[in-house]
Amino acid sequence: MQSHSAPTGMSGTPGSSVGSGAIRRVIPIATAQGGAGAGGGCSSSSCGSGDGPADLPAHIWEKVKDHPCYSSEAHHHFARMHVAVAPACNIQCNYCNRKYDCANESRPGVVSEKLTPEMAGKKVLAVAAEIPQLSVVGIAGPGDALANPAKTFKTFELIQQTAPDIKLCLSTNGLALPDHVETIKKFNVDHVTITINMVDPEVGQHIYPWIFHNHKRYHGLEAAKILHERQMLGLEMLTAAGILVKVNSVLIPGINDHHLKEVNRVVKAKGAFLHNIMPLISDPAHGTHFGLTGQRGPTAAELKALQDECEGDMKLMRHCRQCRADAVGMLGEDRSQEFTSDKLDTIATTYDPTARQAYRDFVEKERADQRAAEAEKKAALAGASEKALVAVATRGGGRINQHFGHASEFQVYEVSAAGAKFVGHRKVEHYCAGGYEEEEAMPSILDALQDCAAVLVAKIGHCPMKELQAAGIEPVQDYAHEYIEASALAWFQQRLARRAEAASLVA
Amino acid sequence: MAYKINASSCTACGACEQECPNDAIYEKNGLFAIKTDGCTECIGHYDDPQCLGACPADCIVVDKSVPRYQA
Repeated sequence: MQSHSAPTGMSGTPGSSVGSGAIRRVIPIATAQGGAGAGGGCSSSSCGSGDGPADLPAHIWEKVKDHPCYSSEAHHHFARMHVAVAPACNIQCNYCNRKYDCANESRPGVVSEKLTPEMAGKKVLAVAAEIPQLSVVGIAGPGDALANPAKTFKTFELIQQTAPDIKLCLSTNGLALPDHVETIKKFNVDHVTITINMVDPEVGQHIYPWIFHNHKRYHGLEAAKILHERQMLGLEMLTAAGILVKVNSVLIPGINDHHLKEVNRVVKAKGAFLHNIMPLISDPAHGTHFGLTGQRGPTAAELKALQDECEGDMKLMRHCRQCRADAVGMLGEDRSQEFTSDKLDTIATTYDPTARQAYRDFVEKERADQRAAEAEKKAALAGASEKALVAVATRGGGRINQHFGHASEFQVYEVSAAGAKFVGHRKVEHYCAGGYEEEEAMPSILDALQDCAAVLVAKIGHCPMKELQAAGIEPVQDYAHEYIEASALAWFQQRLARRAEAASLVA
Repeated sequence: MAYKINASSCTACGACEQECPNDAIYEKNGLFAIKTDGCTECIGHYDDPQCLGACPADCIVVDKSVPRYQA
C-alpha cells in the first residue's frame, strides 16, 4: 500500500492541483504534534508521522526507526520491498477493479508479477544483496495479505529463515484479521496496516458492495457491518498483542470525507499508532466503480486540510506514495523492474547482513548530526512569526542531493520558528529527459511548486533557474549535499534577514 | 457436475482454489479451471457454491454442457 510511482499527470497525484492560498491558509502551527518539536528540537516536528526519540515512546521508536512506511524520518534513509504473493481478495471495494492491482493501494493499471512464496524468498535475498538500505519486506497484495494466509505466512517463514535481520509487515482490509493474530505474533510481524475507510456501516455500504466471509457472500449494509466489526476486533487484538498498527483510509469526497475525522478518533482510541489518510485515485480508465460513476478524488488542498484537522496528538502520515504491491526501493522510487523473476538467477543470493548493519550504524550517526544541525538553525529563528513552504530535490539520505532536472518529485517542507516540517511531496515530470531539456515539463513543475517560496537543489541549469525566478520561486544551490532541515531553516533565516534589511532601507 | 471458469475474465487470483471443499480447482496455463467431475456445487458442504462467492471477477458460471450435480 504504497506509492504511486505512477504515470505522471495521473489524477490524484498529490500536489498537482494545490492552490497556494489554500495551502497557506490551512496550516495552523499548533496542529503540528502539539508542539512536540519543542522537546527534542529537531526532526520531531519535521514530519507528519512523527519522529525522533523525543517524540515517541522508546519502544515504539525502536520499532519504527528503520521502517520507511511507519516513520517519515526513516523514509529518507531506508528502503522497503513488497512481495506480490497474495493475489486473492475477500472483499470488493468500489475503488478497486480486480482485473488490475488495487488502484488505490497499488499503482493502477499495472498487474504485478505474481510470486510463489519460494520465488519471493529468493527475491528478498537478491534485493537485500543489491540494496543495503533494505530494512522491511511487506506483503500488501495485490489482493489482501490475509485472504491468502497460506501463501503469506509461508513467505514470512522463508524470509525469517533466510534473512532474519529483515523486518516483516503486512497490509489487510481486516476482514480475516481476527483469525490470524496468533500467527502474526508467531512470525514476529510487528507492523500491520489495516485499511479502515469507515466506522459506520451506513457509510461503508457506499464503499463496499460485498464481502466473502464464513463461506458466504454478504452484500450492502450487512456486509459493511460485518467488515466494520471484524476490523475493530482485529485492531483491538493487535493492540493487545503489542503489535504496531497503522490505519490507512482512502479519502472519498462526498462519501467519507467528513466521516474520516470520526474514523481517526475511533482508531486512535483503539490503539492505532499512525493514521494515513490517502487520496482516492479515480479514473474511468481504471474500470473501478468509482471511476466509472465519475466519483472524483480529493484535491491536494482538501487532503491536507483533513490531515491537519486530524493531526492532534496522533501521528499522521503524510509521506505515503501508495506504492504498488511489488514495489522495491526507497519510497518514491521503484526498482521492481531490476528484480523481475527472469533476472533473479543472475543476482547473488547469499545472506550477508553486514552491509545492512554497517548502513544502519551509519544512519544512526547521520541522524544525530542532522538533529543537532536542525536544532542549531531553529534556535536562531526563535521568535519569528512567519512561515514558508520550501521544495527540496533529494535522492534520499536526508540531504539536498538531486539535480533539479532529475527530480521526479519534490519534497515540501514548511519552515517556521517551530522548525522544518515535512508536509508532503509533489510529483513532477522530469525537466531533463535523456540529456535534453524538456521545456514542456516546466509549466507543470511551476504549477506543482506554485505555493513554494524556494526550491533547494544540488544544481540547476540556467533556463529553469530564470523561469523559477520569473514565477517568484527562488532557486537555491547554496546547500548542495547538505542536510535538508538545517538548510531549509538556514535559507529561511537569510530570507527573513534580507526582508528586514529591505524594510530598514525603505524606512 | 457443474461450474466452470470463464477464462476470458479470470484474473488468476486463486481465491476460488482456496475455497473449494473438493480441491477441484487447479491452475492451468496461468489461469484457473474446475475439474468437472470433482465439482459438487458445494452441495453437502455449504449453502452456497464457494468459488462463486469468492470470485472477485464474477467469472464462474454454470457449465451447461453437463448435467447439474445430484447429491
